[in-house]
Amino acid sequence: MNARFLPYVLILPVTLFLCLFFLYPFVLVSQQAFSGENGFSLDNFRDVVTYWKFPISLKNTLLLAAAVVPVQLALALLMATMVNRMQKGRDMVLYIWTIPLGISDLAAGIIWLAIFEQSGFLNSMMSGLGIVDRPVNFLSYQHPGIVFLAIALAEIWRATAIMLVILVAGIGLIPKEYYEAAEVFGASPWKRFWRITLPMLRPSLQTALVLRVILAFEVFAVVAALGGTLFPVLMGETYAYQFDLLDSGAAAAMALIILAISIAFTLVILRALRVPKGAGV
Amino acid sequence: MTAVATDTPADTQKSGRKLYVASVVLLCAWVIVPLYFLLINTLSSPETVNSFPKPFLPEFNFGSLAFFANFAGILTALKNSILVAGMTMIMSILIGAPAGYALSRFEFPGKGLFRMLILLTRAFPLPLLALPLAVMFIRVGLDDTVFGLALVHTTLAIPFAVLITFSLFSGIPLELEEAAWTLGCNRVTAFTKVVLPLILPGITASAIFAFVISWNEVFAAAVLTIENRTLTAFLLQNLDTSPMHLKFAGGFILVVPALIFIFAVRKYLFAMWGIANR
Amino acid sequence: MAEIQIKNVAKRFGEYQALHDINLTIADQEFMVLLGASGCGKSTLLRIICGLETATEGEVWIGGRRVDHLPPRDRGIAMVFQNYAVFPHLTVFENIGFGLRMQKLPDDEVKRRVERTAGLMHIDQLLKRYSGELSGGQRQRVAVARALAMEPDVILMDEPLSNLDALLRLEMRAELKGVLAESNTTAIYVTHDQVEAMSLADRISVMHEGRIVQAASPVEVYRNPAERFVAGFIGNPPMNFLPANPAGDHKWNVAGQQFAGPDTGNGSLEFAIRPEDIRIDEAGLPVTAKIVEPLGAHLLVTCEVEGSMFRAVLDSDLSVKAGDTLKLAPQEDRIRWFDPQTTRAVA
Repeated sequence: MNARFLPYVLILPVTLFLCLFFLYPFVLVSQQAFSGENGFSLDNFRDVVTYWKFPISLKNTLLLAAAVVPVQLALALLMATMVNRMQKGRDMVLYIWTIPLGISDLAAGIIWLAIFEQSGFLNSMMSGLGIVDRPVNFLSYQHPGIVFLAIALAEIWRATAIMLVILVAGIGLIPKEYYEAAEVFGASPWKRFWRITLPMLRPSLQTALVLRVILAFEVFAVVAALGGTLFPVLMGETYAYQFDLLDSGAAAAMALIILAISIAFTLVILRALRVPKGAGV
Repeated sequence: MTAVATDTPADTQKSGRKLYVASVVLLCAWVIVPLYFLLINTLSSPETVNSFPKPFLPEFNFGSLAFFANFAGILTALKNSILVAGMTMIMSILIGAPAGYALSRFEFPGKGLFRMLILLTRAFPLPLLALPLAVMFIRVGLDDTVFGLALVHTTLAIPFAVLITFSLFSGIPLELEEAAWTLGCNRVTAFTKVVLPLILPGITASAIFAFVISWNEVFAAAVLTIENRTLTAFLLQNLDTSPMHLKFAGGFILVVPALIFIFAVRKYLFAMWGIANR
Repeated sequence: MAEIQIKNVAKRFGEYQALHDINLTIADQEFMVLLGASGCGKSTLLRIICGLETATEGEVWIGGRRVDHLPPRDRGIAMVFQNYAVFPHLTVFENIGFGLRMQKLPDDEVKRRVERTAGLMHIDQLLKRYSGELSGGQRQRVAVARALAMEPDVILMDEPLSNLDALLRLEMRAELKGVLAESNTTAIYVTHDQVEAMSLADRISVMHEGRIVQAASPVEVYRNPAERFVAGFIGNPPMNFLPANPAGDHKWNVAGQQFAGPDTGNGSLEFAIRPEDIRIDEAGLPVTAKIVEPLGAHLLVTCEVEGSMFRAVLDSDLSVKAGDTLKLAPQEDRIRWFDPQTTRAVA
């Protein structure tokens, strides 16, 4: 076969597949979102945005992302640097730390439900220590702060691993000579982290943050398992429009709103962490 | 780090070392302890699961698991999950690997655009596309089928399959293929005799990754299936109504393959992401 | 029987012209070395002959057959790669036998040929090992054995020794020369190492900026460089150059001294002499030694003559220190002349 056409033949299946199952449905969802009873209209968006639950779910989603992502980033950076200087047991520790990578958000929600539910392990521990007399129903409307905390903890527990993997891979790509050079010039470990690791890790930080932030806006099953209807989020509302209210136009509008927020944040991250041309590793 | 000024450097180092080991252990516990709690609940009788206070050791009672196995529809859901994940795994590798190969071996006009398309899909909240696909599937008769869901999950897994196989193929020197060409191979036989045997473990790892993506996916599964629920969709749908011991046993069954899979691919996780970052 | 003819071959990568109109004929069983600095196009030319790269223009003929439209497997060639390209998933035996298996030769024939070439390269003890269990030198031997086992008309080698350490390279070089002389194949060998080129080649093609600037025997290339570039590239240290002005009657003024030279009528020339063709002579040019490097076999003295670097290789018994004044004279029959405009040699 002619070598000039071969690459196109090879990428054809993916391209066709993505056109059919990514671009086409994307066009469909936009169409549905922007269509009303007679042609183009913004009614779906107006309905969705003016619904009383919308500001709450938007606030909850953003708040959750704001609480979870920075903690995850700090934790993943800490873990990655710790693993980097580890000599013994590195593989074992890395395996344990990456276990949550394979665990679904639903399973993570269920796991933390085992801790926070009324007859769960937190209550058992607290009553064992004599802090409470009888089990407290943490996941109820009386304790909105604890519901939020439980969801945030479950998210941090579950999704730090993906950032960790990306950052460990990124740190592995930084040549050791830079550290040795910095050490020769008298940089302390802390300085080396700030002056070498972080700047050279920018491409990995970009990937990790973009991926994580997008996933944070899609948070759904963890919330469903732990908060139920106590803590409405955007993705949960989308699901509700589709199934409970059977209003797919509104669901499509919600989907586009989530998309718009994701794109906005992606652009901000890409811009903030951009690597100047020629300054890459 | 916490050393007092009078400490000798050796003492400082020692206390720093202790702090370091303690943090590693603490972070390991942070991951493992919640899993351990789930294990206790799973291996306890339904009565214990719903009682208070909880024991901190499992009683090795299989009552909850038996209840799970006998719960109506749950075994079908488990079977569906495995089927969907298996199909996703095969399709995403068969479709994704050729593109990964093309990206690693050729410079061609449009390459940048193609990479953009791949990265774009990774940057979009893909499960949202399940909504219009549900409509489309009804039209072509794929609604509420295992295959239809597998197609959507393949869309989710393909960007990863392309980028991971791209990084794997890039790890095989072109020189090896060229040597095969000079020794009597054409492109196809050079691939099957030289590249494929070398890449197979990595391909297996990325296939497993695709399996896990599908196995764990909740939203699209819930949107696209009604009768043929996958395990995640089934558990989600019954969250409000199902008893605690069913949730925990279900959660446990969801977690176990993940543990095994991550263990199987652990060597490749970092290599896969190293180049996928670029 | 495989003569190689390269006719008007040119190669462009987009805007960049890697090869300009290359014409070269390599005789049957000749050992040809393509020598040049990195980026001169020598590897590209080899890959075009091999079929791993297609020429933008021109033709390649091997053994009287035009091959430039054929894939590598149909050209009757074998290649030894810079990084050896020993397949990591196969044993040494299967590596050497890989091409034979592709030709579907019977098992006993494969075994016979593998064992013969492995014996030739002294790796018959390693046939069951995998590439990961071999040293760099052993891998190199496997790569050569694999090429030889094909019994090709032409064997192509792309910097095959560049990844070995110095001592091993010396050993492999001599061995390679012996083995290839016996195998009666035509060989094309790419290197940037001039000593390697000198020691192996029947003929050297010196390449520079996508052109072959001289194709001749090693001694000829060394003694009579056809271009100023060759004179400055071959030899370690390379030739010394000094400007020369006409003094009439075939005489040229060089740094205040007169030498007999060619008669070009007008203009100026460049005077060139190898450092090893300079001796101490009372009638010679007085210079001050700036750097003195004792190299064991001889003494390398660097001085400055009329603003340019001037080196002389002298007997190591001489006691010379930096700052000493020496009188140096060239061996007259070794003086070469170059036209500064065309950079070609003038006889």
